[in-house]
Amino acid sequence: MARTMAEKVWEEHVVRRADGEPDLLYIDLHLVHEVTSPQAFEGLRLAGRSVRRPDLTIATEDHNVPTMDLLAPIADPVSRKQVETLRKNCSDFGVRLHPMGDIDQGVVHVVGPQLGLTQPGMTVVCGDSHTSTHGAFGALAFGIGTSQVEHVLATQTLPMQPFKTMAVTVNGTLRPGVSAKDVILAVIAKIGTGGGQGYVIEYRGEAIEALSMEARMTVCNMSIEAGARAGMIAPDQTTFDYVQGRPHAPQGADFDAAVEHWKSLRTDEGAEFDAEVVLDADELSPFVTWGTNPGQGVPLDAEVPDPASYEDPSARAAAEKALKYMDLEAGTPMREVRVDTVFLGSCTNGRIEDLRTAAEIVRGRKVADGVRMLVVPGSMRVKEQANAEGLGQVFLDAGAEWREAGCSMCLGMNPDQLKPGERSASTSNRNFEGRQGRGGRTHLVSPQVAAATAVRGTLSSPADLDA
Amino acid sequence: MEKFDVHTGRAVPLRASNVDTDQIIPAVYLKRVSRTGFEDGLFAEWRKTDPDFVLNRPEYEGATVLVAGPDFGTGSSREHAVWALQDHGFKTVLSSRFADIFRGNSLKGGLLTVLLPQEVIDRLWDAIEADPATEVTVDLVDREVRAPGVRESFELDDYTRWRLLEGLDDIALTLRHTDEIGEFETTRERWKPVTL
Ligand code: SF4
Repeated sequence: MARTMAEKVWEEHVVRRADGEPDLLYIDLHLVHEVTSPQAFEGLRLAGRSVRRPDLTIATEDHNVPTMDLLAPIADPVSRKQVETLRKNCSDFGVRLHPMGDIDQGVVHVVGPQLGLTQPGMTVVCGDSHTSTHGAFGALAFGIGTSQVEHVLATQTLPMQPFKTMAVTVNGTLRPGVSAKDVILAVIAKIGTGGGQGYVIEYRGEAIEALSMEARMTVCNMSIEAGARAGMIAPDQTTFDYVQGRPHAPQGADFDAAVEHWKSLRTDEGAEFDAEVVLDADELSPFVTWGTNPGQGVPLDAEVPDPASYEDPSARAAAEKALKYMDLEAGTPMREVRVDTVFLGSCTNGRIEDLRTAAEIVRGRKVADGVRMLVVPGSMRVKEQANAEGLGQVFLDAGAEWREAGCSMCLGMNPDQLKPGERSASTSNRNFEGRQGRGGRTHLVSPQVAAATAVRGTLSSPADLDA
Repeated sequence: MEKFDVHTGRAVPLRASNVDTDQIIPAVYLKRVSRTGFEDGLFAEWRKTDPDFVLNRPEYEGATVLVAGPDFGTGSSREHAVWALQDHGFKTVLSSRFADIFRGNSLKGGLLTVLLPQEVIDRLWDAIEADPATEVTVDLVDREVRAPGVRESFELDDYTRWRLLEGLDDIALTLRHTDEIGEFETTRERWKPVTL
């Protein structure tokens, strides 16, 4: 029978199948960070259990690490305790850790791919919902809770309930200035924050195939914002080229054997998806959010929507509440919205390509008066590469802050936060109330829009700079 | 894990959709390394800034059933959201739609999340608001929710139901199959990456 890619990868990992029980799936790679792991290690200790496969586990510090003054002790005692706890746990249980100061430290979803640990056809989990990022390689990658983290540490498996499959096909070609971020924001606005619930989404079509690996990761990253279990993109030459030569990639004849296998993972001709969504890339333009969930977005050319225009009473109420929180008036052109802060970073848009794109736009220009721009590379290796290409200097010359790697203002667990009432244009993935700091207001944008907004001070696209 | 069979308690009506886990427990409360004590973070922002927020109202104090709007628990995978609800005293959450990861976390941790049609949720909201002393019964044995004027069955797969009724921890169950896991490991391709 014709099968989808997600079904194939699932089948290859079934350790045990029994009537009336969820399938027990083998996990190829387990990524660990300081926030969702302490209670899991504690659970192991209490039960006298060990980590079954430390060699399939890797840890890094990202969620609450500071992005300046790395050598000073972490000022916040509770953050410090979490980081110290992770270090102790990794050393007690024999897990490889990339701590602050290490070249491979960074946001967990940037680190896995850059080391070549994320490969097609794998099952990848992490106690973090944006694990969906790794699906860009054709891996089945999903976020899990802390009890599941403990379960994977102890058994290298997870009992999993079956999922449904959804195809999101993006036909055509993206116009200049329109990016992967705009694609995924448009998908979420179309299907809603619950639209992907219970599904693994496969992104396909011409526009997806044309994307770089970095851009594919941006798309898969935000699958969770549509409620999906995971997002996937079929591995192709772009994928193989990206993986080849990385520290943990297969070598020589092994690489060829791996590629042979990876090619077999593509969704079969005639396989059926439980749901299908189609978008036309030619019609997309830069997209920005106006509300407090990632589904509340419009094209940058549009206006803040009028809650009265929503038929569904709960959507209307949600829009009213969001506008109040965001302090926005219906009908205001998005382009007139003024920001205090621009955040360029996160596992959505903190990779080298994102930094290159933004640097090109701010090169030779200045960040607008009264605006602070925070550039936080996704990993220390990204930072090193950006510096080697002179990008760090471009940001500094423009008046931006050029920080160390971490999650930073994506979730504001470290000192990088919005103050109450402050407004940001952010390349991260969540615009929830208070996500970037108590009372902070977030507009999700692409790196292109973030950079142009930093220069003009109001939500803008690069085209506005030449006008 | 505590067993769950039949629970009866007073309920809190949370009339909001898309309540994400950042609202259930904001990130600044995630820094603890222990498993308990998260109640102070539960809906911290709303409790602090909105005196009318349901959990600030004396009539709902001590309630153990949360009746929530659709798409409850979206966003971050933080299991702390489940712990915060449990530490506050909630035993069960009722909604017409839950985010997947939140649902998975809750059912693993013994917080019973019950899916009901929105129309039933609406009726429960009305009943609780009319009389905050209203008791709601969530019966996992018969897979049924009961309250004055409401008797509605709900679905939950047999396996999860059995685990919750017995209070069984998933890890112990999986460790019974260690041989099968070992056997599977011998079949993995040699080129699959290792971290060490
Ligand atoms: S960058 Fe943001 S979304 Fe990504 S892992 Fe860190 S906190 Fe989560």
